Amino acid sequence: MNRFAALFTALDQTTKTNTKVAALADYLSEAPEADRLWTIALLSGRRPKRTVTTTLLRAWAAERAGIPLWLFEEAYPIVGDLAETIALILPPPASRTDLGLSHWIGVIRGLAALDEPARKAAVLAAWDQLETTQRFVFNKLITGGFRMGVSQKLMTRALSRATGIAEPDLAHRLMGDWSPESTSFRNLVLEHDPTADLSKPYPFYLAYQLDDGPAALGDPQDWAAEWKWDGIRGQLIVRDGQFHLWSRGEELISDRFPEFARAADHLPDGTVLDGELLAWADETPMPFNALQKRLGRKTVPKKLLAEAPVILRAYDLLERDGRDIRQTPYAERRDRLETLVGDLPPDAPVRLSPRLPFGDWDELTTLRQTSRDRQAEGLMLKRKDSAYRDGRKRGDWWKWKVDPLTIDAVMIYAQQGHGRRANLFTDFTFAVRDGNQLVPFTKAYSGLTDAEFNKITAWVRRNTLERYGPVRHVKPEHVFEIAFEGIQESPRHKSGVALRFPRMSRWRHDKPVSEANTLDDLKEILKAYG
Amino acid sequence: MADPLLTFTDRGIFCPAGNFHIDPWRPVESALITHGHADHARPGHARYLATDLAAPVMRHRLGDIRLDTVRYGERREIGDVTVSFHPAGHVPGSAQIRVEHRGEVWVVSGDYKVEPDGLSDPFEPVTCHAFVTECTFGLPVFKWRPQAETAAEVNSWWAANAAEGRACILGAYALGKAQRLLNLLDTTIGPILTHGAVENTNAVMRAQGIALPDTILVTPETKPKDHPGALVLATPSALGTPWARRFGPASTGFASGWMALRGVRRRRAADRGFVMSDHADWEGLNSAIRETGATRIFATHGYTSIFRRWLTDQGYDAAVVQTDFTGESLEEEDAA
Repeated sequence: MNRFAALFTALDQTTKTNTKVAALADYLSEAPEADRLWTIALLSGRRPKRTVTTTLLRAWAAERAGIPLWLFEEAYPIVGDLAETIALILPPPASRTDLGLSHWIGVIRGLAALDEPARKAAVLAAWDQLETTQRFVFNKLITGGFRMGVSQKLMTRALSRATGIAEPDLAHRLMGDWSPESTSFRNLVLEHDPTADLSKPYPFYLAYQLDDGPAALGDPQDWAAEWKWDGIRGQLIVRDGQFHLWSRGEELISDRFPEFARAADHLPDGTVLDGELLAWADETPMPFNALQKRLGRKTVPKKLLAEAPVILRAYDLLERDGRDIRQTPYAERRDRLETLVGDLPPDAPVRLSPRLPFGDWDELTTLRQTSRDRQAEGLMLKRKDSAYRDGRKRGDWWKWKVDPLTIDAVMIYAQQGHGRRANLFTDFTFAVRDGNQLVPFTKAYSGLTDAEFNKITAWVRRNTLERYGPVRHVKPEHVFEIAFEGIQESPRHKSGVALRFPRMSRWRHDKPVSEANTLDDLKEILKAYG
Repeated sequence: MADPLLTFTDRGIFCPAGNFHIDPWRPVESALITHGHADHARPGHARYLATDLAAPVMRHRLGDIRLDTVRYGERREIGDVTVSFHPAGHVPGSAQIRVEHRGEVWVVSGDYKVEPDGLSDPFEPVTCHAFVTECTFGLPVFKWRPQAETAAEVNSWWAANAAEGRACILGAYALGKAQRLLNLLDTTIGPILTHGAVENTNAVMRAQGIALPDTILVTPETKPKDHPGALVLATPSALGTPWARRFGPASTGFASGWMALRGVRRRRAADRGFVMSDHADWEGLNSAIRETGATRIFATHGYTSIFRRWLTDQGYDAAVVQTDFTGESLEEEDAA
């Protein structure tokens, strides 16, 4: 694992994109093919199944290090990463080996077949042959959640450099339902056969946020507009009489949404639709948490299926009659989509996302103001003559969201972050005023600069009133503007509301606690937008 | 019951029998100072006592103070007690302060490390009944590798960048860490440039007879291209500033014990993190405490509550003391 650990270190040591791509391209040209394939798998979110619980790993590591478990548990949140804590806490290895990445992944997969004493022996033996960084990598492979600071986009670029195959082509080859156990580097990357995998999706084209309004986009006649729906992105594939549903996170979620079997009945083979999955009742979208209930389950009980039926709001057609039509201009794909989907019966869970006619940008700007009334987050703008590209590319698709809702709230609890944000207080709970009380209503983790996180961290350390485990109750002194995209009634929360995408949009140094918003203000927002 | 030999007040550690404070953080009459870092040697005291080796830096930093000095091991009677200063191995001149009264001995460690750094007098275990210890890195995840290994890492980073025509900018605390690194750098690789705050401390130490390699102070007139393959030794806060940007697309590094943690390393956004601390690691703290033979331990700064619990598990009578010491800080330039 020396070579892979060295790659990991090289990627970890730089923030410069070119250096990362170069290091990865070298690795993908030189490492054994099995290791290359596993590296691609890891960098596209595929990992070996977890074969040991973290509870056992902690206990074994503490025992091997000769420290009590409580001490391990105290050190863990400070380090912020379990794999790293174990790597650091163990004594130095007794011996060294240079077995490769796929060997160690084989060891980890092999653990599944062993009983607990044998698993323990195997893990301890591995720890005792690996130096700190290799150990860290090994632990990350066991625990999952491995991030190497390289996006799939960068990985694809590096692989393109290593193989000479064009990036969009590679992006497509790497999509879908494969694992290093089911294919080889040669079959997946070098000698790709697109018909071999009927469930293979296309890479999603992702829009950038339009910050400064549409005027700079040029002639409005070159653009098409539609609502931006508040669901999750989905790609529905019908091939060979079967349907396959993919989330944007490249997760195959067909089993969770059995209603799409009806779509397969009505759509011809060789059809791929891009759209938004929405919980749907009475021909209108239901609140996001209805969809969330569905996403949280691997199998769907009948009751839930009836309570929160899901549809695809289709907005693009990527494959027709088995042909990849992504290079066809958007306007033409839309026409074909409308012909295909427009006549489906209501029991087929596919609805066209309508095009919004507009004459000029002012008219569109006015329309955008009504987004919330339409259960939309804003508008999508798509250039009529554009191809369907892969990944996040600037220029042809824009999301133009409405301004978020905001409320000024008081920070009352703080907790340290994990990983890159370990040792910094980054997770906060906020409250609104209710008479003399402070009622917590949301958490937020993002929105501050590193400098602001450093500053608030130093403040939290000096202004802790009480500790509950990792959570610190702090002096109610700082007011933050919390921005959010939506609000719903929620009996599970003390305040009675749940926010969608809450984040800290501004540190209100200018506002004392006495001027923070109240529970009544929050209820007003709920009444208006809930 | 008589007063304990040392008490812990809101001004700092106090010795009633000798009527003096040790490293106080609020103005007092008589202050015994372990070393010159800003969280231990503060302005505003009427009288100071420190080692002769720590004195030049303290005068440089605190100006015209009433400072009396002692040599390591020299015994002084103050009131009813006997005090002496013993090497703490933290930075040049740093001391543990031993306080004796009617056969009872307490030692205040200040900041310390047990590995010799080639610059400071090495840490000397002092037998005592009660030991007041720091525990900045008092967690079993902190284990320093031998200094020579880290030095080799720094030098090979420097050599690799020098070979590609890139400058290296290395962030380190101006007092102690910077000079320790200077001593470890392989000067055959290229010239060493220094930030003003580092060079000021260099000058003070050279003047007191500590040998350091040649350095070139960076001034507004300094042209980086006149010094190809240079390593620039700067304060941590200078990294990423316009001052640092004059060196073009340089590789940046940061030397600190905190660099052992990946999260911290990444947050610093330096290209390289070198794990090097002037504080004891987990093993160092435990061995130092063991060697004092003390049964009572007071933890002053660092992971105090965790460390206290660990010591209690080991059979010590251990307690946490609230102080204003900061140990090795990432945010503040000076407290190291």
